[in-house]
Amino acid sequence: MSVGAFPMTQMALRARAVSKRFGNVLALDDVAFDLERGEVHCLVGENGCGKSTLIKAISGVYVPTPGASFQFGDDPPVSKISPAEAKARGIHVIWQDLSLFPDLSVGYNIIFDAFVERPFALSERKVALQRARRTMEDLGVSLDLDMPLRHLGIAQRQLVAICRVLQTEASIIFMDEPTASLTRTETENLLDIVRKLSARGISIVFVSHRLGEVLEVCSRVTVMRDGRIVGTFPAEGMNQKRLAELMTGHEFLDSRREWTSPGAPVLQLDGLTVPGQFQDVSFTLHRGEILGLTGLLGSGRTELAHAIFGMTRPESGRILIDGAPVSLRSNRDAIENGIAYVSEDRLNLGLHQTQSILKNTAITTLRELSSPSFYLGPESIRTLCTEWIGRLRTKVSDPSLPVNSLSGGNQQRVVLAKWLATRPKVLILDSPTVGVDVGAKAEIFRIVNELTAEGMAIILISDEANEIHAHSDRILIMRNGRITKDLQPGDMAEEDLEALINA
Amino acid sequence: MRRMVGSVEGILFVILLALCVVLSLATDSFFSMQNFFDLLNNQSVNIIFAVGLVVVLIAGGIDISFSVAASVVQYVVVVMMIQIGGGNWLLGFVAAMVCGLALGLFNAFLIHKLRIVSIIASIGTYNLFFGLLMYLTRGRSIYAIPDWLDERVALLTVGADRAEATLYLPALVMLVVVSVAWFILARTGFGRLVYGFGSDPEAARRSGVRIAVMQGFAYGWLGLCAGIAGLMQAHMVREVVPNALYGRELDVLAAVVLGGAVLGGGRGTVLGAALGVLLLAVVQNGLNLLGVTPYAFKAIVGAIILIAVTFTNFDKVAPLIGLSNRKARTT
Repeated sequence: MSVGAFPMTQMALRARAVSKRFGNVLALDDVAFDLERGEVHCLVGENGCGKSTLIKAISGVYVPTPGASFQFGDDPPVSKISPAEAKARGIHVIWQDLSLFPDLSVGYNIIFDAFVERPFALSERKVALQRARRTMEDLGVSLDLDMPLRHLGIAQRQLVAICRVLQTEASIIFMDEPTASLTRTETENLLDIVRKLSARGISIVFVSHRLGEVLEVCSRVTVMRDGRIVGTFPAEGMNQKRLAELMTGHEFLDSRREWTSPGAPVLQLDGLTVPGQFQDVSFTLHRGEILGLTGLLGSGRTELAHAIFGMTRPESGRILIDGAPVSLRSNRDAIENGIAYVSEDRLNLGLHQTQSILKNTAITTLRELSSPSFYLGPESIRTLCTEWIGRLRTKVSDPSLPVNSLSGGNQQRVVLAKWLATRPKVLILDSPTVGVDVGAKAEIFRIVNELTAEGMAIILISDEANEIHAHSDRILIMRNGRITKDLQPGDMAEEDLEALINA
Repeated sequence: MRRMVGSVEGILFVILLALCVVLSLATDSFFSMQNFFDLLNNQSVNIIFAVGLVVVLIAGGIDISFSVAASVVQYVVVVMMIQIGGGNWLLGFVAAMVCGLALGLFNAFLIHKLRIVSIIASIGTYNLFFGLLMYLTRGRSIYAIPDWLDERVALLTVGADRAEATLYLPALVMLVVVSVAWFILARTGFGRLVYGFGSDPEAARRSGVRIAVMQGFAYGWLGLCAGIAGLMQAHMVREVVPNALYGRELDVLAAVVLGGAVLGGGRGTVLGAALGVLLLAVVQNGLNLLGVTPYAFKAIVGAIILIAVTFTNFDKVAPLIGLSNRKARTT
């Protein structure tokens, strides 16, 4: 595209000298960021590099260190803004944590911003709901507008958050990991919409760990590392490998699991059924094996994991561990039988964010740590924690700090540590790389490979065909609550697997 | 109407109706205009309280100081009216509302500006308000209240002689308060903001919702309702007794929770709160007429609340006790 097509490039945002400090950590260090009108600009970087903090500073959620300057369009620069002012300037955000309202209906979540702007406009509701319905059609999703949001899963909530922003009269839209839990079709619909919005002159800042997606949609990409801007580059001529290097600051090799012959059976499912969730699921998991479990959202994979972990009781069928049938009445029973489950919603369900790294690591093994005397010594917790920090190479300055002081990738390791401390025979990893950057992803699979070498069996649940393909010994595809395919990665190319999942 | 079926309000309404039918058949005196009007006359004050409190609960807070705040308002307004030579309904209402609003906003100030957790703030103000009232009045009641307040205003009288039944002013005031609250919460965008704020305060803040306005509205509205309820209570009992409303807060809180509000915020309705009050009142009334000893009332009411809240939480409870949970499943 020639420069002549846009004789005057209009600036939508010019941010300068943006810094933000949390305690001793400089989360943003003198950041400068420019956004042109109507451009799709991607922001990439490892977890904890300051992307979300930058978004929060620009949208008024955080007050930056004095000295910052934000200029919107041709308006005079300001040193900070409030969330309400940001909204008034047409700045909208799809937050990484979604920031939706669980108790409001889907429809009211989508049109919430109309209420903020015009709290006493009575005729607003019906018109806005009508608009919400049209937006959903554009995005190719169908959700019940009257259903309370709390009844929806995380992926559907993400769609609601996207619909919500698309409702607004936006001039700048930040999308912080909007596709993290979406299926391929939904992601493609979203990327189409992003292109349409950009054609209408709306500037989009797109944050994603899926680098392929990033390069597909944007015109420029800004890379951040350790709170600083590494640089802004045109998307043309950029490739995933180069981006990964810029993000991590070192070369990055794509790893693949070497196939190993499985050991003795450790977990067997025999006709397991939970009505309305999944039916007649049977498979055998062996020692040292990684079993990839995939399928579209709603195919029943997470529900199946919950049943194996004793969170729901099957109506029929058996679960056998080491050949003996077990009755799992709760996840406590499952843990005692050597099953551990790392949830997909790690930040909320996997960790007690405000508690210390020590306590978070010890929580699954309190009984063992305090037996036989019932006395829970700080030393035993510290020993346990130090052991796992070492094994998982977690970057921790002081384990007595709250776990939310760690970056996302390191938090992930704490979740893993707390479950590995239970010495499981079977570890279920539910979407372990959602929202995790390339460097941390590679680390997770390095750890997983080590664990399997020691004989642990792993069920890897994931949406990402390439991940499942690269790291599983065997792959099960679920659809509508049934296992429809049982294959090995060597049987097919990654693209074929992708097609099978989406078929 | 579609939403009523299966909602907390719908269930409460059906139970209330069923209870009324049963009591009408089981006792001679339940199904009478007199009993019905008595119930409304006596419960209007509680419903006004409940309609105030439900807004605070929806906004994710809690307040237990409203009942003693109402006592303070009663006392202040009556003393003030006597001082200016009697006053009238208009002045009385204005004074009660302003005074109640001020006490409510004081709670909002503690919670929003000083960042005190709402339960702690209101335990503080509960003791502060009541302590100051008892200290300054030495616990003395006022029996000679102004004439306009003393003479009960009848809205409607039906029947004659022994069967005469009269509906008084508080019922109308209650209806107005209920209507206003319902309109704001259910029919305006502002109402959605209150629900949104209660459901996730940080998400609301990021959306540009002004937190101070939300807190001020919730606690201010409850204060306003408490002021009005205080005035109505004085009107019905025709005296001002400083500790008359002391302890009422937990009854009202129980009724509001029965009506579907939750302590986490984001849930609850005006209709539910009113039905919660009425249901508990009808149960007590029925037990009375059936000749059950009043000593058993508290235990029965407590059991009803626990059972009711368990059932309204059923979608969460079901999977824990092994029943598959079809409704909450993601599809």
